[in-house]
Amino acid sequence: MAMLSAMTAAASMFPGIVFAKDQEEGIPKDANLDWKKGPCRFCGVGCGILVGTENGKAVAVKGDPNSTVNKGLLCVKGYHQIMCIQSKDRLTHALVKKNGTYVKTPLHEALDLVANKMKETIQNHGKDAVAMYTSGQSTIPEGYVASKLMKGAIGTNNLDCNARLCMASAVTGFMTSFGIDEPMGCYEDIDHADYFVTWGNNMAEMHPVLFSRMLEQKANRGAQIIDFATRTTRSSTASDRSILFEPQTDLAVANAICYEIIKNGWVNKSFVEKHCSFSKGRTNIGYGLEDHFEFTDKPEKIDFETYKEFLRDYSPEAVSKYSKVSVKDIKYLAWVYGNPNNKVVSYWCMGMNQHTRGTWINNLVYNIHLLTGKISQPGNGPFSLTGQPSACGTAREVGTFTHKLPHGVVMNKKDREMAAKIWKVPVENIPSKPTYHATEMFRAVDRGDIQFIWIQATNPLVSLPKTSRYRPGMQKKSCFVVVSDVFPTPTSDVADVILPAAWHIEKSGLYGNSERRTQHWNKMIEAPGQATEDAWMFIEVAKRMGYGDLFPYSKEHHVEEIYNEYRQFHAGAKHNMAPLEVLEKESGVIWPYVDGKSTQWRFNAKYDPACSNGKDFHFYGNPDGKAVIWQRPFEEAPEKPDNEYPFWLNTGRVVEHWHTGSMTRRIPVLHQAMPHAYVEFHPDDAKSLGIRNGERIKVTSRRGSCILPASINERGLPTKGQVFVPFFDENMLINDVTLDAFCPISKEPDYKKCAVKIEIV
Amino acid sequence: MPIKSYLAHAVKGKKDDLMNALRSLGQCEVVPAENQDILALVTDTRNEEEEEALREKIEALSSLELLSLVSGFNPPQN
Repeated sequence: MAMLSAMTAAASMFPGIVFAKDQEEGIPKDANLDWKKGPCRFCGVGCGILVGTENGKAVAVKGDPNSTVNKGLLCVKGYHQIMCIQSKDRLTHALVKKNGTYVKTPLHEALDLVANKMKETIQNHGKDAVAMYTSGQSTIPEGYVASKLMKGAIGTNNLDCNARLCMASAVTGFMTSFGIDEPMGCYEDIDHADYFVTWGNNMAEMHPVLFSRMLEQKANRGAQIIDFATRTTRSSTASDRSILFEPQTDLAVANAICYEIIKNGWVNKSFVEKHCSFSKGRTNIGYGLEDHFEFTDKPEKIDFETYKEFLRDYSPEAVSKYSKVSVKDIKYLAWVYGNPNNKVVSYWCMGMNQHTRGTWINNLVYNIHLLTGKISQPGNGPFSLTGQPSACGTAREVGTFTHKLPHGVVMNKKDREMAAKIWKVPVENIPSKPTYHATEMFRAVDRGDIQFIWIQATNPLVSLPKTSRYRPGMQKKSCFVVVSDVFPTPTSDVADVILPAAWHIEKSGLYGNSERRTQHWNKMIEAPGQATEDAWMFIEVAKRMGYGDLFPYSKEHHVEEIYNEYRQFHAGAKHNMAPLEVLEKESGVIWPYVDGKSTQWRFNAKYDPACSNGKDFHFYGNPDGKAVIWQRPFEEAPEKPDNEYPFWLNTGRVVEHWHTGSMTRRIPVLHQAMPHAYVEFHPDDAKSLGIRNGERIKVTSRRGSCILPASINERGLPTKGQVFVPFFDENMLINDVTLDAFCPISKEPDYKKCAVKIEIV
Repeated sequence: MPIKSYLAHAVKGKKDDLMNALRSLGQCEVVPAENQDILALVTDTRNEEEEEALREKIEALSSLELLSLVSGFNPPQN
């Protein structure tokens, strides 16, 4: 394994390197290595991996050369992922808190306790007093069982997930622009585009394998990468052009690009007339800072002339003044999109989604592609990248959100009827009103409205915004907390029951990545101790609660049985999921999977068999078959730098660590490469504050503070007046400082903008 | 029992010298690249003291340009 690590690390640093012995010949002669396929445990790229097992142990990882996603390449996290399961503090047995101490407990007893507590809470306080919070890293079967248990069996919509924190704005962007979720393109766009525009997205660190593919096109075909961001990163330095903007003003710049496209006659008039309509919604829509905040948009149809008139406030000259983007750069971006000879792909992720106007900025980038007709074609289209490995496959497609069902939404009677039929429950069981999105769910825990919460495969006490409120809330005796995880975390530290979960290759499962590719893997090794598949623990609790007849799955085959049941929800040309025998054989296929083929570009009749209006494009998510160009204005962030808190705080990630670090910080090489968090300064700001590299700095907001070492001229370079902190370090909890404001439409929090002050400690 | 893997970058043109020198130290498994002055190196020693001593010897080799650690772990006792 060590030799393989070295060889594969070399392969990532020196593409094309060849060793005197190839990887398989390097294994000792008496080895009996069995290579099995699956998707990587980490990001939404969904690289295919091959795991080498020997005598029941996972000993090697390499990229799957059969996967068209990564073509055998992996990033530094991917190569080392299996090393985390060797960690000494791995959860192997259930732990129940008794008199303040965790006591090792047989799993069946712990599951009895969980079920009894859930039943008791429902009996005493009602169905909406219990909740589940799952994950974009939950497998498809795990998400499906959670949804069926909460919505079908118990009858509460108190199910939400951490994808609310990462992709909710992408979802509402899709739903409002197209009436249907998920990207219309695929990764093959990379092989065709002339220009890649990344919007607030450090792909070199966050989607490294895709960025490698873009760099390959840059080197081989002269494709150009334009980095549009609030911070200079490794992506910026590898790009052809780096354009920095003032936080929040991406809204204005996107409108300015459209202004220029219209002004210069670059609108694809035929496309717009045939395939687009125009709408506007409410403005001054708030920021969700109050408990029980509610918002409903009021779309109104407008026409092109009204939209054009609205854009008069967004000339490049006007926008340049407050966005700090030069007129020249705005016009350049407009030309990149507007020139009919350029094929352009836009990529974005958290910079646009974790935004108090996240839905709007998603709409506005779609506007650019719709005005120019650059959509749903090879190399031409907007592509919303996913952060987590199955935020698409599980959270969005299975629907582990308060308002969602595996098909459609709880508010729709037909969708409830379909779920009731497949789940074999009375339709009255499924409530029609959504309850709590993620932030509001933890506010409800803090208020005492939720008295039982089961958290699976996520670490909210590091990843939620404003953890300074939600950590004490979760510590209250009013809420019984169950945490299912592989490792102890700050979230499991407040649990009443900790259930030991099987890790990735210790269970079978399915994930769905950013490009609608569903990938299956078989269990490869046994989990240690009593660590068990999460889906099976959900089923065992459901049985104990009296719902056994709704979960008639066998332990040995429950993944297949659940997937075959789930597939029914998506039957049809618009979303058909491939049969399991196809997924077992292939390195993933893209849905809709129709007549044995993946649908790579949706809404384009040339590629998408679901198109049925006889036209060359059919945006069949909307009843009129048209996509919507939205009139959305620039609105300020809820909290901006002022005299007392003079810096913007931006948070994000680093390539070495996955999210809250519970896995990657237990992988020695990754931990050594990036052992702790830091606060990044522009050198001019550091100089004026008298801060030296490595100095202890206190970052304080109106909500809390965090002490970190300063980083100047190292990994990244924020603009002046901004600091950046990665959030992977549970010992430096920057989310104690962040603000729990969210997009009123998507309810996704904004982790990129709040106001802080800086002190040397 | 520490097992560590490295990429050993040879001084230009000295790959074979480096490979021979490493193999002669013992406790080293070396696989050279064919088309780069890079060797994949795995060391396996009895304890941390031995590991430290071996590493010092490696770093002293004149044919070595750079040694970068890839991974390291103590395999569990079975």
